[in-house]
Amino acid sequence: MDFWRNQLSGPTNPSVDAAWKDGEPRKGFFTDTSICIGCKACEVACKEWNAIPEDGLDMLSQSYDNTGALGASTWRHVAFVEQSSDRIEQARESGRRLVELGMPSLRSREGSDAVGAPGGSPLGTAATMPQTNGSLAVADVPALPDMRWLMSSDVCKHCTHAACLDVCPTGSLFRSEFGTVVVQDDICNGCGYCVAACPFGVIERRKGDEGHENGKQSHGISIRGSSSASVVDATTSTTQSVGSAHAANSGFANNGEVKNVGIAQKCTLCYDRLGDGQTPACAQACPTTSIKFGDLADMRAAAQERVAQLHGQGFTEARLYGADPNDGVGGTGSVFLLLDEPEVYGLPPDPRVTTADLPDMFRKAGYAALTMMAMAAAAFVRRRP
Amino acid sequence: MTTNPFDADRPPERQSRRGGGRRRGGGSGASSNDSNGSQAGRRRTDESVMVPEVSFDSYYGRHIVKPAPWEKEVAAYLFLGGVAGGSALLAAGGSALNYPALRRVGRLGAVAGAALGGAALAKDLGKPSRALNMMRTVKLTSPMSVGTWILTAFGGFSGVALASELGGILLDGGSGENPTGGSAVALLSRALKLADGPATVGSALFGAPLAAYTAVLLSDTATPTWHESYHELPLVFVSSANLASAGLALIAVPTSQNGPARKLAALSAVVELAAFEVMQHRMGATLSEPLRTGKAGKLLRLSRALTVGGAVGAVTLGSNRVVAAVSGLSLMAASALTRFGVFDAGIVSAIDPKYTVEPQRERLERRRAAGATHDSITTAR
Ligand code: SF4
Ligand code: SF4
Ligand code: SF4
Repeated sequence: MDFWRNQLSGPTNPSVDAAWKDGEPRKGFFTDTSICIGCKACEVACKEWNAIPEDGLDMLSQSYDNTGALGASTWRHVAFVEQSSDRIEQARESGRRLVELGMPSLRSREGSDAVGAPGGSPLGTAATMPQTNGSLAVADVPALPDMRWLMSSDVCKHCTHAACLDVCPTGSLFRSEFGTVVVQDDICNGCGYCVAACPFGVIERRKGDEGHENGKQSHGISIRGSSSASVVDATTSTTQSVGSAHAANSGFANNGEVKNVGIAQKCTLCYDRLGDGQTPACAQACPTTSIKFGDLADMRAAAQERVAQLHGQGFTEARLYGADPNDGVGGTGSVFLLLDEPEVYGLPPDPRVTTADLPDMFRKAGYAALTMMAMAAAAFVRRRP
Repeated sequence: MTTNPFDADRPPERQSRRGGGRRRGGGSGASSNDSNGSQAGRRRTDESVMVPEVSFDSYYGRHIVKPAPWEKEVAAYLFLGGVAGGSALLAAGGSALNYPALRRVGRLGAVAGAALGGAALAKDLGKPSRALNMMRTVKLTSPMSVGTWILTAFGGFSGVALASELGGILLDGGSGENPTGGSAVALLSRALKLADGPATVGSALFGAPLAAYTAVLLSDTATPTWHESYHELPLVFVSSANLASAGLALIAVPTSQNGPARKLAALSAVVELAAFEVMQHRMGATLSEPLRTGKAGKLLRLSRALTVGGAVGAVTLGSNRVVAAVSGLSLMAASALTRFGVFDAGIVSAIDPKYTVEPQRERLERRRAAGATHDSITTAR
């Protein structure tokens, strides 16, 4: 029974649940956004290694982010957020509240200063945190800079309970021996269920010249634009103009064929490289070690150590995202250290795998089906002679 | 805050969207306030800080969850599957209690609905050529997989039931007499008669699940309005399916045999309207907003009006051929509108990050207020 208990929610080892007998230790990322410099080397390396097609060259008016969001042809996405000091203060405050949750006070953590900063400014570039060098151990609360950039390289979370995988009707999505979630391109029939199910908005169907993904954008919005030659008609938008700047796509003609059109696509955690004992392309390309790759247990430990260190230095805005196996998706395979609330980076604040409620949904649907039969039966009853 | 000369080269700031005043930072993490440095901007920020309940952050107003890449075909399938499932039940009732016209129309509706619905689904795939990959596995965690098998079984039973119906007309020449002898025609005719009962029962047994599972199909997603409606949506959908099939029967069945359809219409209209109200109430103001506003709101309001009109018409004047047909038509339209409305509302709720962030924030803060510290995805250690 133990095997079944945590199949839909709660902490568990996903590769064992997927019946891998001698699986590898679960692999994952720790993305430390506090040392990300926004160089986008990860985005480029991912595109190169996985031969992902171009998906629009736009200016998005989103600071230095002209990629937009994760999607079928964007498996790493570097978010850029510009914040003034009042927002930094808020972030620090919300972080402090988080630290104080279930803790007597922040003071008790100060002993962890012994870990020490690895030299230099711990938070971002010198430009964003000019005041913070040297005197950290003494400074209870580091001075507030005038502004800062938040930069964060987002990626598929390789959830412990992956909604995309659960709902896939073809079995195209599968759990690898590394505990990661991978699409089989030759099996997916593009039903798009995974797209709607992912609580992080990661996976997407690739657009192109085939089937339903031909031509105009679904619902007039675009996460990444159509890579076909057809110009997207933003006026078909059924609702708000979210991302309309984005839908005004480059209209680039493809040179050559786009592979996997109509197929759901996302980060594979470089399944091909992992199988060969290699580091994923994005982590290997990261010049600051902001993207760390390794056994998930080590990644969580590194994340916890890092956040404790930052808290010790007074940077209460630092917090972890996805490190807790008791959260709504059973913990993620990609752990992040963030410097503000998750929604600021476009991450959901309290994601919950939709299939956790599935038994209840089927139960309700069962009652409804019985009710339907009863209604039909009742409609015939009184006519009987 | 400083302004430097390079600020002049920035692209124009995005305007915050309708209702954007509720969003801290103009609906974006990098708010316009931060970059223009004006006093007015700063004041606005401060004001919204004083009312944190109605503000939320997002990344440049972008959606967090992605909307289902489904088009009108899927909404149409929700309707067609309902017509099919409901018709199978009417056919079974008609077969058992001797309403031949009702039985015939029901069987026809069941097969037509299933066939058209299946075609619509296949067309909506990203790779229609691989539609049959749906059948390479049975997966209980995927409502779409479960639904594929329900639809397949339903299609099989309903097909045989319809074949028996047609066989009765074509092979027996409508005489009702069993052709005797060992000819192929006679054998086929006897086989169909034998299969008639089981096929009718099977089709009815799979009809209700066919109408109900589509609600789970929508609810088992991260789309906020679809997911949070999962308690009552199945009831709404099965009632809507009953309305559609009753409508079809009212249109196509002579008044002498449309009694059950009229009663079914009345019963289902009451259940559907009530279930929809309860559903909206349970979802709360934010999540039910897409069901009440915009295009979806219009569709659903029209649907309710047609439901009431159609049901009243069917009950009071359903013995009049013309009124019955008009009522039937409006009931079918009402059912279609319900499906398109719910479908649309879900898409809206996925596109606007408000519907993802606000309810999640709320439940998170509620848990934190209650002292829960270790079930959040954001942790301090
Ligand atoms: S983040 Fe989304 S796409 Fe990635 S494993 Fe989780 S549910 Fe699947
Ligand atoms: S689109 Fe492909 S990977 Fe996604 S659920 Fe459908 S079959 Fe599975
Ligand atoms: S792990 Fe591989 S596929 Fe995933 S983002 Fe990094 S480079 Fe891309």
